[in-house]
Amino acid sequence: MDNKTPAVKMRNITKTFGPVVANDKVWLDIYRGEILALLGENGSGKTTLMNMLSGIYFPDEGEISIDGKDVVIRSPKDAFDLGIGMIHQHFKLVDVLTAAENVVLGLPGKLDLKAAAKKIREICDAYGFEVDPEQKIYDMSVSQKQTVEIVKVLYRGADILILDEPTAVLTPQETDKLFAVLRNMRDDNKAIVIITHKMHEVEALSDRVAVLRHGQFIGDMPTKTTNAQEMTNMMVGHAVTLNIDRPEPVDPKPRIVVKGLTVRSIDGILKLDDVSFTANSGEILGIAGISGCGQKELLESIAGLQPVEKGSIEYIGDDGSAEQLIGKDPLAIQRMGVSLSFVPEDRLGMGLVANMDLGDNMMLRSFRSGRSVFTDRKTPRQLALDVVEELDVVTPGITTPVRRLSGGNVQKVLVGREIASAPTVLLTAYAVRGLDINSSYTIYDLINKQKKNGVAVIYVGEDLDVLLELADRILVLCGGKVSGIVPGRGAKKRDVGMMMTKLGGNAHE
Amino acid sequence: MNNKTRTPLFHVSKRGLLPWYKAWAIRAAALLLALVACGVITSLVTGQNPIQVYAAIINGSFGSPRKIWVLLQNIAMLLCVSLAVTPAFRMRCWNLGAEGQALIGGLAAAACMILLGKTLPNWAVIACMCVASLAAGALWAAIPAVFKARWNTNETLFTLMMNYVATQLVAYYCVVWESPKGSGTIGVINPSTEIGWFPQIGSYKYLLNILIVAIVCVAMYIYLNYSKHGYEIAVVGESERTARYVGIKVDRVIIRTMLLSGAVCGLAGLLLVGSTNHTLTTTIVDGRGFTAVMVSWLAKFNPIWMILTSFLIVFLGRGSGEIATKFGLNRSFGDILTGLILFFIIGSEFFINYQIHFRKSGGKEG
Amino acid sequence: MFDFISFIPRAVVQGIPLLLGSTGETLTEKSGNLNLGIPGIMYVGAISGVIGSFFYEQSGNFRPLPGILIPLGCCLLGSLLMGLLYCFLTVTLRANQNVTGLALTTFGVGFGNFFGGSLIKLSGSSLPSIILSATSNAFRTSLPAAEKAGVFGRLVLSYGFLAYVAVIIALTVAWVLNRTRVGLHLRAVGENPNTADAAGINVSKYKYIATCTGSMIAGLGGLYYVMDYASGVWANDAFGDRGWLAIALVIFTVWRPNVGVLASFLFGGLYILHMYIPSGMNLAVKELYKMLPYVVTIIVLVLSSLRNKRENQPPASLGLAYFREER
Repeated sequence: MDNKTPAVKMRNITKTFGPVVANDKVWLDIYRGEILALLGENGSGKTTLMNMLSGIYFPDEGEISIDGKDVVIRSPKDAFDLGIGMIHQHFKLVDVLTAAENVVLGLPGKLDLKAAAKKIREICDAYGFEVDPEQKIYDMSVSQKQTVEIVKVLYRGADILILDEPTAVLTPQETDKLFAVLRNMRDDNKAIVIITHKMHEVEALSDRVAVLRHGQFIGDMPTKTTNAQEMTNMMVGHAVTLNIDRPEPVDPKPRIVVKGLTVRSIDGILKLDDVSFTANSGEILGIAGISGCGQKELLESIAGLQPVEKGSIEYIGDDGSAEQLIGKDPLAIQRMGVSLSFVPEDRLGMGLVANMDLGDNMMLRSFRSGRSVFTDRKTPRQLALDVVEELDVVTPGITTPVRRLSGGNVQKVLVGREIASAPTVLLTAYAVRGLDINSSYTIYDLINKQKKNGVAVIYVGEDLDVLLELADRILVLCGGKVSGIVPGRGAKKRDVGMMMTKLGGNAHE
Repeated sequence: MNNKTRTPLFHVSKRGLLPWYKAWAIRAAALLLALVACGVITSLVTGQNPIQVYAAIINGSFGSPRKIWVLLQNIAMLLCVSLAVTPAFRMRCWNLGAEGQALIGGLAAAACMILLGKTLPNWAVIACMCVASLAAGALWAAIPAVFKARWNTNETLFTLMMNYVATQLVAYYCVVWESPKGSGTIGVINPSTEIGWFPQIGSYKYLLNILIVAIVCVAMYIYLNYSKHGYEIAVVGESERTARYVGIKVDRVIIRTMLLSGAVCGLAGLLLVGSTNHTLTTTIVDGRGFTAVMVSWLAKFNPIWMILTSFLIVFLGRGSGEIATKFGLNRSFGDILTGLILFFIIGSEFFINYQIHFRKSGGKEG
Repeated sequence: MFDFISFIPRAVVQGIPLLLGSTGETLTEKSGNLNLGIPGIMYVGAISGVIGSFFYEQSGNFRPLPGILIPLGCCLLGSLLMGLLYCFLTVTLRANQNVTGLALTTFGVGFGNFFGGSLIKLSGSSLPSIILSATSNAFRTSLPAAEKAGVFGRLVLSYGFLAYVAVIIALTVAWVLNRTRVGLHLRAVGENPNTADAAGINVSKYKYIATCTGSMIAGLGGLYYVMDYASGVWANDAFGDRGWLAIALVIFTVWRPNVGVLASFLFGGLYILHMYIPSGMNLAVKELYKMLPYVVTIIVLVLSSLRNKRENQPPASLGLAYFREER
């Protein structure tokens, strides 16, 4: 392998965004006929590095060569000309255009959509995709959109393919299909890079793995010669014990009782179908499922942010009294005296205001308190100081806009604020997504502390290993329906995985 | 493509937060450059030496006590409209309809003066004028606001169109209430009884307006920065999803804020009709609704800075008007200079938000 | 009986400046630039043409061909420079589009009136206007067949060449937007510049070209107004609020220049309807009729947002500056 000329050679690549160093003198080689897994935690600079290869960003320093020739990639067009195609995590599609229009976008020559449609169908037939070239993107599902993205790159005849976390939105079946396609392409002597942080994908698919940590290149090696433990060590920098603390629930009593909850999206798509469960006080209820299976709708229904078609959500007070939450907005729920905290998935777009400082963000929950028409700024500032100190938030000060903080610190600020109101119900969505290991454990600890205080915690997670170690019970969603509820202790990862993809699991197929 | 010499000469990146004094230094530098450019251009057009040109500009604003009063009055009116649009802008709701909202406010005031002037005592007419103007301005802003809140109708375009509906409505009443007959204009309302005319403070005709706007300015600053409503506006402006998440009723905030915006515009119309002009024409607002957008934006939506930016605009306008008359040019020369200066200041924002890296020299410039 | 035969040609000549203005603005908006400087640009286009033809007429021996080409060239150059200025500020320097546009309108209207006033002074005329009858006659020359072809001739053939050019431009722009690769790319830039950029489309280049071309088209609207509609008479502020009406027309046509052809005639008709409605001696009501184009536009704006059909919405990134490395 060492004798081969790399298809791509990146040397000393450095990229900064304001004060943040996203890539620091990174070296990377990509070979043809090989699938390279670019491994690293969220925020380790994988996507930034690949964006420089595909012309989205321009490096501050460093050299790139393709097939031994030095190149300058100033724009995505330069990248295409060099045969580099990237499938972004956030799809680069224009909603009001059709699939075919999106595929031919940016290509030279006369516009002939009929010929394009024909070629698209050929590509689809060759790889077993299904795309209707005439369909508008805004009418498509997430996985259909991804297919369009892949077809787009293939249509251009790219021979260096970069996929940024392509499986995040796919079912296991779709993932298998994708992997098969990627292997075919590798055998076709294409160079393939897959950005991921999922260890099993690395092991199942890649020939070689390269690891980034904190924007620095840590090392690369053939996948066969390494193992999960070694890769984890390289990713996180030191050996970690994966043991998450799970205290026994104390005196669990029903707190949130959901019956027959049915929710439709604005487009009329059924998001939750007859969902029933009970969340107990002093207990963590984990929610598992492939992304987009109704987790978001479920939490937002309880928080009063989602219109509900039918069903009931009751809040059981300490005295046993039941209150209906459906039809009430967050303010009404708060006024009922229900202390409900919600850590949403979209931290900077929903949970916090990115351009406001820490103090003003603390005020989001409390600014209404008091009769005065003026806001009380002292209490939230004090709260901000407390959160910064107690949770070790790294920030220049509490007057820094939260968008300037790193992902982990943003999450600490958000969780810190949400638990400050002494909630009785805590909803969290992907609470540790994008966080480094240490921050993740800080969050697990905080959640466990809430559990010990008798809070009913509903924890939506994507990492099954964490769910299996953290949650007392796990509710598995599949396509908006409850696939099953299993105790967290002793549950098998394989079984839960099966339940995620098939109603009821049906393990003995 | 593989030639190294084709490395881009420079590239642009977003800056970290610039300290406020550096930001204002850049703006001041841009203003200075703009003034130099204006001086040069004026010198070229008139053949006068630049010093005389600048002297004329200053003379236009500060040449006599009367000129100073007119300057202050104009600042006050422009500031009033700018204050009006600011809450909406902070909410990222582009209210370009201030012109129409002020005009409708003026129309309501004039209507009270004309229709009630013969039946009610002076104080009652003035009270009616105040209520009617504010309500009319608020209503004119509420119409696009309701559609924005309920159906997300584009408010920039909607409010823009409302201006011309208002203009034509005023044009209609200008004919209906024409005096003398056949003139097509209203003329001074109640010239003998002076009913509905706002009282003068001492012998200073414009002092009342200036004081009222000064109070509104301080009140707006406090409202936006320290009140719960102001905080809600800021949250809605930054992120509607966050606002919903914490239980802020976004549609209600949009409508409430636009009502306020329109009411303050109505106040501007009221002052123009009731206090300054005692008449109504379709051009009484004089483009302030549009200039206000620039004033507010230049001041970064901060009411206190707006005193400075509206001073700047009015000062330039009056100064270049003076140049025009003194050197025998057309008054529109002032608009050209104002436009030029705005271009410089608008362009300077780039250097506050971005920095340029030059490749070869490796140096930085900002 | 309503006199359609005389009404329609007048509606058309009213509509042509609006058609050119709105076609230019549609092209601009499709690239994601909300150019509120269009009224100013139309002024500059008009006055540039007037300046060109004024000096040409002053030079003596007037011939029709250069008499048309000189003002045409001046007009295009003037409005191109305005478009470039707007692009430099909003695309290269990423300034706020609303503010830049309004400043451009202030500047443009001032520019028009200043040079208009200066020329009036130069010409020594006692009236506050410039009269360019020779140039205007060249612009207004219609087909000889128009006289003979009766009603058809009056309705369809009686206009100056710029009117036909305007219709052809509108149809061409519509065709380019919907049927060609350049149009596809431009729509992508206006909808989602990020995606367009990733697809290898030079976003800045498209924005520049679309906005500058749009400005030149809009500038022609100003030229048509002076040379054809107003018979070569320039008076300060006579152009009025037609620039804003052109922007209204963009919304009214839901960003479709081909629809704009008929819609502009409709707007032109609404604009002059008050002259045809027998309202007795009541002048006041006529002012209300002038409101109609704006009211109709508001209704269209509201209806299209109520129906919420994706194709009828403004370009998604309209009004937003694009910076590739935003994050």
